[in-house]
Amino acid sequence: MIKLHNIEKVYRTDTIETLALNGISLDIEKGEFLSVMGPSGCGKSTLLNIMGLLDEPSSGAITIAGEKIDRMSDQQLAHFRNKRLGFIFQSYHLINDLHVLDNVELPLLYRKVNAKERRRLATQALEKVGLSNRLKHFPTQLSGGQKQRVAIARAIVGEPEIILADEPTGNLDSAMGNEIMDILLQLNSRDKTTIVMVTHDEVMAKKTHRLVRLFDGTQVQ
Amino acid sequence: MLKNYFKIAIAILKRRKFFTFVSLFGISFTLATLLVLTAFIEKIVNDDYPDRKRARSLYLTGIEENGPQAMSSSAFSLDYIQRYLKTMKTPVDVAFYSARAGTNTYHAGKKIGISLRYVNASYWDVLEFEFLEGKPFDVQQVRNREKVTVITEDLRRQYFGEDVQVVGKFIEADNQQFRVSGVVKNVPGTTYFFNADMYVPYSVTGVTIETPPTYHDEYSTAMFKGKVQSYQGEYSAVLLAADAGSVAAMQTEYKNVVARLKPSDKMFDKVLSYADYYPDAYLRTGNMSKPLKRWVYSVIGGFVFLLIFLPSVNLVNINLTRIMERSSEIAVRKAFGASSNTLVYQFIVENIILTLLGGIAGILLAMVMLYIFNDAAILPHVTLHLNPVVLVIGLITCLVFGLVSGVYPAWRMSRLAIVKALKA
Repeated sequence: MIKLHNIEKVYRTDTIETLALNGISLDIEKGEFLSVMGPSGCGKSTLLNIMGLLDEPSSGAITIAGEKIDRMSDQQLAHFRNKRLGFIFQSYHLINDLHVLDNVELPLLYRKVNAKERRRLATQALEKVGLSNRLKHFPTQLSGGQKQRVAIARAIVGEPEIILADEPTGNLDSAMGNEIMDILLQLNSRDKTTIVMVTHDEVMAKKTHRLVRLFDGTQVQ
Repeated sequence: MLKNYFKIAIAILKRRKFFTFVSLFGISFTLATLLVLTAFIEKIVNDDYPDRKRARSLYLTGIEENGPQAMSSSAFSLDYIQRYLKTMKTPVDVAFYSARAGTNTYHAGKKIGISLRYVNASYWDVLEFEFLEGKPFDVQQVRNREKVTVITEDLRRQYFGEDVQVVGKFIEADNQQFRVSGVVKNVPGTTYFFNADMYVPYSVTGVTIETPPTYHDEYSTAMFKGKVQSYQGEYSAVLLAADAGSVAAMQTEYKNVVARLKPSDKMFDKVLSYADYYPDAYLRTGNMSKPLKRWVYSVIGGFVFLLIFLPSVNLVNINLTRIMERSSEIAVRKAFGASSNTLVYQFIVENIILTLLGGIAGILLAMVMLYIFNDAAILPHVTLHLNPVVLVIGLITCLVFGLVSGVYPAWRMSRLAIVKALKA
């Protein structure tokens, strides 16, 4: 599903050059649930961002769902992300000025889905994460766990083949973290969604199919 | 999509109330000023009582003679009007009128300052005065040098009192008694070519085309006896064409008339005089060769530009701050499929919503300002209105505002790298 070949990422400033990813090659199967671990600053999030086409590698090749991501225009990248990828962030990144329902509808806004259908699909996604009773709440009225569930609903509403989750349980206590993890596992087993999850939590990582460890930008496991 | 943008725009407005107030105040105050200004210009430029035939009329304010060492300019002499204007082919009528002369009259021991114009009978045909009672004086009365007058309702009230019929009564001005022939509605101060308190036949001055005045110096007397041709005198004129389509031809004809004029004295080598459309005539004061209009148009243009430009710069600044506060939202939208162009569009739409709200506030504010202006009678007899043209100008101005102040911040924001924005 996702093929990374010899990915390098170098951050350059005027005085210093930092190698964030050093020759990473990965082959993630369709329906696989992969976790990425490593100490802070080892390049986990950079790797996830590159897979999610939110950042460009300095060198190397990426193929997602058979499509080679190479010199896509801004428009094409946006369309690709919209159709195939869903994101879950550690700090949720919900739009506080919009209702839960409007937040979840967001990916559908860029697909020209009509308002009624958007509403139906968003409600359905919120039902899947157990939040159908919070449609008209604002994110600021929700707990951390509830916010992350909204974020998951937003990630799955467009039925993407791949979900990229950057420390989805990082800001939550263990009970809430487990709830979120259960939802992700269910998505993976029931809907066959490919999931790549960056985590610091060994217990969570052990629940996934495969674990990749990074250290100083290099894959060590 | 638009509904979503609208929701966001309103939510953002509510979020930072002080910023919102500053933005909206800037827009609405600017717009209100523009609206009042345009209402004022519109009042001057468009047909206004009693000058209702502007599309068919050309206005002649005066004549200027130039030489290397000398320059002389003034309104027209009666002789000039007779020889050169009344003999033109295109006009169907020629109205002429003197500058306003100030004089005093007394009533019941009370001094009343009045302004007086000497006019011909065509004045009442070319202009459309509204008679509250009586009628204008006619050609025969002018020819007979009858001491008749048309006065305004204001003067009627001051001189005769409230609610009285005054046609046939006498009013004294310049130590002469004039019989009131008619009373007209007051003329706004903005139509300064035509406003006065009292209108009398030009012939009562004793100076007519047929009987020139006696001057003490030989030159002037000779001038009026036709020995020396004189162009300059006391009168301005309005040429009326049969229809709007003939006005250009009338203007050309007058141009040719002026081209054939010889300077009245050897110290001059150039004669300048123009038959203008109303706005040009309004601004052609004094110097014929260097008309005021270019200057006035530049000043108004510059003022409007500054009025729009400065708040726009301010708005750009405020918008940049507001937008950068939303970097997380921008990143999320990009991550979930918004292209940079879509985001630029969203932010411009949001900004236009903001400016339109400011616009509505501005229109309300302008209404209040005009109400106060009219109510306090800052300019006598001038009532300004917000008309549809002014409203459309206002709304277009809002859109320009929205675009000008939204484009740059939106563009800056859309270039934001997603990863950086997510960390912010």
